[in-house]
Amino acid sequence: MLKLVFLMLVSALVQSANAIDFSGNVATELQMFPSSAQFPQQFDENLTLSFQPKFRQDWNEGNDEITLELFVRADSRDENRQHADIRELKWLHVSGSDEWRVGINTIFWGVTESQHLVDVINQLDSLEGIDGEDKLGQPMIQYTTLQDWGNLHVFVLPGFREAEFRSSEGRLRLPLAIDTSQTQFESSDKENHVDFAVRYNHYIGETEFGFSIFDGTNRDAEFSTGLNDSGQPVLIPLYRQMTQYGLDLQSIVGDWTWKLEAIHRSLDSGSFNAATAGFEYTFYSILDSAVDMGTLLEYSWDSRELNAGVFDRDLFGGFRFAFNDVQSSEILAGFVFDTEKHSQSMRVEASRRLGESWKLTGELQVFSHVDANDPLLAFAQDDYVLLELARYF
Amino acid sequence: MKNNVYLSKQTNRFFIQWLIILMCFPLVSLAQTAEEKGLKIAQDAKAYDKGFIDFTANMLMTLNNKKGETSSRKIRIKTLEVEGDGDKSMSIFDEPADVKGTAMLTYSHGLDPDDQWLYLPAIKRVKRISSRNKSGPFMGSEFAFEDLGSQEIEKYTYKYLRDEPCSDYECYVIERTPAYEYSGYTRQTVWVDKSGYRMIKADFYDRKNELLKTLESTGYKQYLGHYWRPDKMEMVNHQNGKSTVLEWGKYTFKTGLTESDFKSQTLKRAR
Repeated sequence: MLKLVFLMLVSALVQSANAIDFSGNVATELQMFPSSAQFPQQFDENLTLSFQPKFRQDWNEGNDEITLELFVRADSRDENRQHADIRELKWLHVSGSDEWRVGINTIFWGVTESQHLVDVINQLDSLEGIDGEDKLGQPMIQYTTLQDWGNLHVFVLPGFREAEFRSSEGRLRLPLAIDTSQTQFESSDKENHVDFAVRYNHYIGETEFGFSIFDGTNRDAEFSTGLNDSGQPVLIPLYRQMTQYGLDLQSIVGDWTWKLEAIHRSLDSGSFNAATAGFEYTFYSILDSAVDMGTLLEYSWDSRELNAGVFDRDLFGGFRFAFNDVQSSEILAGFVFDTEKHSQSMRVEASRRLGESWKLTGELQVFSHVDANDPLLAFAQDDYVLLELARYF
Repeated sequence: MKNNVYLSKQTNRFFIQWLIILMCFPLVSLAQTAEEKGLKIAQDAKAYDKGFIDFTANMLMTLNNKKGETSSRKIRIKTLEVEGDGDKSMSIFDEPADVKGTAMLTYSHGLDPDDQWLYLPAIKRVKRISSRNKSGPFMGSEFAFEDLGSQEIEKYTYKYLRDEPCSDYECYVIERTPAYEYSGYTRQTVWVDKSGYRMIKADFYDRKNELLKTLESTGYKQYLGHYWRPDKMEMVNHQNGKSTVLEWGKYTFKTGLTESDFKSQTLKRAR
């Protein structure tokens, strides 16, 4: 399939008189961990570089298009985090109200802020953010039809992207090293299992809704303990087959935005339900300024026993400030409170444009209290401050 | 015979009634209220612009502050005329570079809230957004969202004020009051030229009914031998001393855009 996309790219370059559209960013990121590390060898600060170029070329009056989007991070201290990924390398063909996408792509489904339950097409890029919004490119053939009765998307997903994990020197890692050389799959096709997904979405007035079905390899790994070649204890990832039914709903009612994501996931090891529901209420132009302040509240629930997921009986509250200024300044601050285990964490994200083509982003993550039975325990000492300066072009 | 007499009586009465109505007509015309005349001008302006089908244009937005600092945005606009409802339009952002690829889709309606979607390329998410924030600044500029939205007739109530020369034109001066919720204005005074219904100038009064901003549109050019569009629109904020200039280019009409170019899903491939 990659060959086909490559051939299309070459033919696009030959056929089209349009110049290739080139954009992207180069960024430097400083991450600092003020608390002393939980595990030996872990570093306290790290300076890294990333590069994210995008190329785009269309022809046939815009009905055909090739896009390429790469992500590269240079990290001198965490060798696993020195990584590169093809986020996108796809050919798009549009024919009236039908769209075909062939190649590697990244898909986003869902509406809630605190976690992304229905969003299961791509493997997360867990070497980047911990918020589930950085993803590894997924090979796919996607057919979409845009109709008056809604949009229908059909996905054939050949090939599975294994999750990547930080090295033992890295922060924000599990207590044991993860040995991906021993990765196990439930399916005998292993990483070559072909997955399928269907999604339907539409809107009525100010209510948007989507139904999705995914059948294939679960992107979330389960871990078992084992030994590596040198007899050290390690965690071994296991990827099971799953069928997931998802619903996402968002309704705008005046200053309120109501949100719901719900899933039913069935695996051979057992089925479960999970949901996140909540709202964002926005105060517009607070104190006669241009600043809008959103207040967010979401509750997450999971039918499994305790510790099955990070968000199992958790309350999320937050504030979003949009300054609506020339620099597009924004702040999002959120708190997560586990109503059963009483763990607490806090996260602040802020960004601001500098001049015309620079952007400064700050991130603060605090695990203020982690219960001894919480899967987050491994991160308990990993509060961090992150500063990123990016140059866009 | 009896029948005929009856008929002719009826006919007579009919003519007399019409005669009375016709005699009264100049009086009716004189008695047209300022509100009716204002509405009529707005309807005529909308009717004049009807039938453009669709257009695309490029917009360069320059923000100026009191210190003389400037910042610019480049946006491409696509608009589709919709029979019996407000227009559909898509804005695609090219600059600043960090928002490149961001695109916004709006289905404008009369008094009902507009439908609005935003595409965020960094996380490849199409997000339904509230169109409630009418009075908020667009991209940090002196243009509010409501200034750039489709100007449907039902969105305002009108009052004709006077005739007056404005720049090189002979203009109607109309006061219009937002009828939609959440406007940042109590009223606007607009100068519309009598021949081509070009909006030459507008004054915007804030919620305290004080003069907030003035918009002046210049360099009108006629497209397809009929439709007038300005090359330049300058919005000056009298209260904070800032201004924003929109320079329009590459106006193209009847480009063959269809409904399927204006779906929330097509934001992902907007270009």
